[in-house]
Amino acid sequence: MALDDKKSRFKYVGTTPNRPDGVDKVTGKAQYGADITAPGMLTGAILRSPHPHARIVSIDTSAAEAIPGVRAVVTGKDFAPVEDQGFADIGETCMARDKVLYDGHPVAAVAATTPAIAKAAIRAIKVEYAPLPHVTDVDEAMRPDAPVVLEGRALEHVPAGMSQNVTNTCEFGHGDVEAGFAKADLVLERSFKVAAAHQGYIEPHACMASVTSDGRADLYCCTQGHFFVRAVCSALMGMEASQLRVTASEIGGGFGGKTTVFIEPVALMLSKKSGRPVKLVMTRDEVFKASGPTVHASIDCKIGMTKDGRITAGDMTLRYSGGAWPSGTIEMGAQAGFAAYDMPAVRTIGWTALTNRPKEISYRAPGAPQAVYAVEAVIDEMCQQLGLDPLKTRLKNAAAKGTLSSYGVTFDEIGMVATLEAAQAHPHWSAPLGPNQGRGVAAGFWFNFGGNTCVTLNINTDGTASVTEGNPDIGGSRASISLMAAEELGIRYENVRTIVADTASLGYNDNTDGSRVTFAVGLATIKAARAAIKVMCERAAALWGIDAEAVDWIDGAAHPSGPNAGKFPPMTLAEIAAQSFQTGGPIAGHHEVNVDGAGVSFGVHICDVEVDPETGHTLVKRYTVVQDAGKAVHPTYVEGQMQGGAVQGIGWALNEEYIYGKDGRLQNAGFLDYRIPVASDLPKIDTVILEIPNPGHPYGVRGVGETPIVPPLAAVTNAVSRTIGKRMYQVPMSPPRILSAIKGA
Amino acid sequence: MKSIQVSTTINGDPVEFLCTPDEPLLDVLRNRLGLTGAKEGCGTGDCGACSVTVNGRLVCSCLVLGVEAEGAQIETIEGMAQGETLHPLQRHFIEKAALQCGVCTPGILVAAKSLLEKNASPTDEEVRYWLAGNLCRCTGYDKIIEAVQSAAAEMRGEV
Amino acid sequence: MRYMTAETAEAASTALAAEPGLARVLAGGTDLLVQLKAGMIQPDLVVDIKKIPGIREITPEAGGWRIGAAVANAELKEHAQVKADWPGVVEGANLIGSTQVQGRCTMAGNLCNGSPAADAVPGLVAADASVTIVGPSGTRVAKVADIPAGPGRTTLAKGEIVTAIHLPARAPRSADAYLRFIPRTEMDIAVASAAVSLTLSEDGTVTHARVALGAVAPKVVLADASTIIGTKLDDAALAALAKAAESVCNPIDDKRGTIEFRTSTAGVLARRAALIAYNRAKGVK
Repeated sequence: MALDDKKSRFKYVGTTPNRPDGVDKVTGKAQYGADITAPGMLTGAILRSPHPHARIVSIDTSAAEAIPGVRAVVTGKDFAPVEDQGFADIGETCMARDKVLYDGHPVAAVAATTPAIAKAAIRAIKVEYAPLPHVTDVDEAMRPDAPVVLEGRALEHVPAGMSQNVTNTCEFGHGDVEAGFAKADLVLERSFKVAAAHQGYIEPHACMASVTSDGRADLYCCTQGHFFVRAVCSALMGMEASQLRVTASEIGGGFGGKTTVFIEPVALMLSKKSGRPVKLVMTRDEVFKASGPTVHASIDCKIGMTKDGRITAGDMTLRYSGGAWPSGTIEMGAQAGFAAYDMPAVRTIGWTALTNRPKEISYRAPGAPQAVYAVEAVIDEMCQQLGLDPLKTRLKNAAAKGTLSSYGVTFDEIGMVATLEAAQAHPHWSAPLGPNQGRGVAAGFWFNFGGNTCVTLNINTDGTASVTEGNPDIGGSRASISLMAAEELGIRYENVRTIVADTASLGYNDNTDGSRVTFAVGLATIKAARAAIKVMCERAAALWGIDAEAVDWIDGAAHPSGPNAGKFPPMTLAEIAAQSFQTGGPIAGHHEVNVDGAGVSFGVHICDVEVDPETGHTLVKRYTVVQDAGKAVHPTYVEGQMQGGAVQGIGWALNEEYIYGKDGRLQNAGFLDYRIPVASDLPKIDTVILEIPNPGHPYGVRGVGETPIVPPLAAVTNAVSRTIGKRMYQVPMSPPRILSAIKGA
Repeated sequence: MKSIQVSTTINGDPVEFLCTPDEPLLDVLRNRLGLTGAKEGCGTGDCGACSVTVNGRLVCSCLVLGVEAEGAQIETIEGMAQGETLHPLQRHFIEKAALQCGVCTPGILVAAKSLLEKNASPTDEEVRYWLAGNLCRCTGYDKIIEAVQSAAAEMRGEV
Repeated sequence: MRYMTAETAEAASTALAAEPGLARVLAGGTDLLVQLKAGMIQPDLVVDIKKIPGIREITPEAGGWRIGAAVANAELKEHAQVKADWPGVVEGANLIGSTQVQGRCTMAGNLCNGSPAADAVPGLVAADASVTIVGPSGTRVAKVADIPAGPGRTTLAKGEIVTAIHLPARAPRSADAYLRFIPRTEMDIAVASAAVSLTLSEDGTVTHARVALGAVAPKVVLADASTIIGTKLDDAALAALAKAAESVCNPIDDKRGTIEFRTSTAGVLARRAALIAYNRAKGVK
């Protein structure tokens, strides 16, 4: 049997069939987190802190417990301490122990027979707080005299003498930065602020937990990774992983925000104490207050450039805060900032500090949009000062195969040059602009992940195939996985059904994150299909009485590999499957792997804005996304990722931000004042998909989901700055900020 | 709080239910009647995921009391397809990839159907403004607008 | 919480007045249900007024219009004649919330909610509209401008309900316009707003004008319209109007806008709304 590892001609991959869950989702049948019910189910509710920082003096739950219909009350004391620091931190975000650390921090929870009783019980719980000084801004939190959010959490390599809020520092780069600046004709250093943004998924967190008295439990929840949910929840509940089965419901958006738990351990504990299934659903204001937004950032970025546009050095300091617990996002930001460019000397220093805000969680390319924004905005300002074309300048410095990246890896085949050239060639780049309009361009980068992945592929006796995978389908991945299985097996897309299995049915799968699913699950599916093909070739060989090595798999059928192998008509998958009970039993393939080789992805965005010079009101008038997808398995779904990511970035650039008052409380915990883009805010988002194959995938697939949110902060900033003739250094660029810049204040 | 008996019509079927006076229609549909197609994205009329029509008027069911349904005609996403036959909007939403996670989709379909009943040939701008109260965080709206327009064209008999 | 549907305005008023606890009127419910959801209020009684005869009707009256208090703004928008007479009032009403919210919300509810940023109110004040109020001591008529008392507060007494809004008759060559500033294109609360109603002489001189501003003070405020009366809205008049508008602003700094931004934007909007109203009055599209 002969199988090429790499494939470049496709029959199904690259087509755009309907997704298998489409009908359920347009008829209201699909079951999302809040749609799951169980007989005898109770409703849970959570009491949250109104203080950004306070010691919990006492919690009196007696009045709540006395209300008829209240079946369980839970506080931090119900959870035993766990050793793993990461899990302990997540547990503490779900239920405070001694201190509350942010506005909205849970302090108690109840389960009751009706939602109204649960609400009444929450109001009946008395908590005595001793308020503590708070800090919600990263720059203030880093001052030595700042209120300390958590003590003793700084990593060993953090220099002494800093605020205890500073928990980590990192440095990446190469070359002599000072020597690089000495060679520059222009050195520009600018400081930036980027507000925290929320993922803004439309489905609030929801789960339904059922714990039985023999120590087993079932949990249904909307999540990007039910295996991770199992790992955290079983640890916090003191259970063995095998006794907790987690099933992922359909998921109403995540964008990284559903890669952890916020309510699931609480629902499990309420169920354990009440002996009844418990449903817990966040309200929208709870989502904003107490699920994870992004880090907020303060950045200094310095770049040196020759007058013909060659970058000689770059030096950046990033200060991120991911809320009240240590956060690792700084490292990704520090690695991503300068990654698009081939630089002789580059240094990025990152700092992370604690603030009285909810614990940050991933949002689409976590950490990268902020750092890349600063770099792309400084480059744009330098192009303006030096009179250089922004795309030509980027091309002059673009990273390519063989470039030593700013974070230490040497790039393989990458698409940075190709995306810049495609942007240059796009009609948008040369289209005329109207009055009060301007055009910005920016590049962006994301690593993409691989990770732990399991796939089982069963050949059914009717000639169809069932793929069992373990990554929640957040935007059509069941279709992409089915396409790759169909491609490999040589059967029609409609004859493959892909399902997302629960945690008891498959080995561990990493979260649906890092743009990894189409790449990693796709790779494992291809390998699982190849394993099944191998079995089918063996079965055909046995029926023919020839050596299995002398059978080839072509277009969904076993063929003798040549004249010497024997003269048999091809035997189709359906024929082999139909005889499987007689030839050795059911046929399946499976593949388990920690996938490496995710290809990095680059994108270039072009943005036209129109700014009202009297109010600062800004409308995006035209927007184009160019991105390397490696291989677009389902091109319209790839376009959808590019459009959706770009629009999230546009929202962040113009309006979206976490606004904390002087009292440390979140002021805009709702869709009314956390302003995500609405349909009428936007133009068509044009897309150009490039396909520079990823050497790490049999079909060349690269992740595509995250890169599109990276360029918009700078693309919109550069467009606005060029329109108003003043540079903007803060995101979001709300109208008052733009108007203030216009007026020169 | 004493419950009230309500008689109403949902998707053409006579329905009776009990609800408390302060209970939103959305909660009645989801928790008492098993009609979970309407979603709660916010509960405050800001996201449109709970869109239904009451007496032909597009509303957020989170901003209507269950008791107000007395004697009314209510249409939800569950009534949009006729048996196995999808409404053209439903079909075009699948074909044009107008949904990613799909949680906003029922509300957007109900809202779009209401638009096309009033205006069979809307401009893109009219579609965008009509749907401004239906938040979608996945798609950037592009493919939603396309799907509404292609369904509208089909419904006008142009395809 | 008890719920009742009132068959008459008097019955509604009696029930509201008799309730010892917290009582609320339900018309469109687009503010009431949000407050219930957020737990901001826990009323003991809610009185649904939509079954009161005539309360959902728009009727001509003394050359103007009577808009029943429970007329949904989507219904108002579909009324071509009201829209022709009072385009600014209708456009203000139609900026509240989404299409879905429009299907329920009412101008009277917007007024009685007492928000300084209410989109329907500046247009009604510029129109010098009135309301009929039914209360325990009978029926009275008041100017819309006299209803708001400050953020979340009105001058209505316990048991009083607004049953109708009255838009006066229109003189020839009259028109109005409403503009608000929001960061997005829809779905936001006004950061600043301006309504202008004016009447022109045959030669295009402004003979009468009222300019009302929203979201720039604890309640809607009037700007000095004499800045444009007697002019043909030349640049100097418009600049004077903008300045007059700015001078009556007394806004707050909050998550939606700064004092400085609200003030300067109110001036810009007053100027632009005046121009739109002027062109409408002249019959220019």
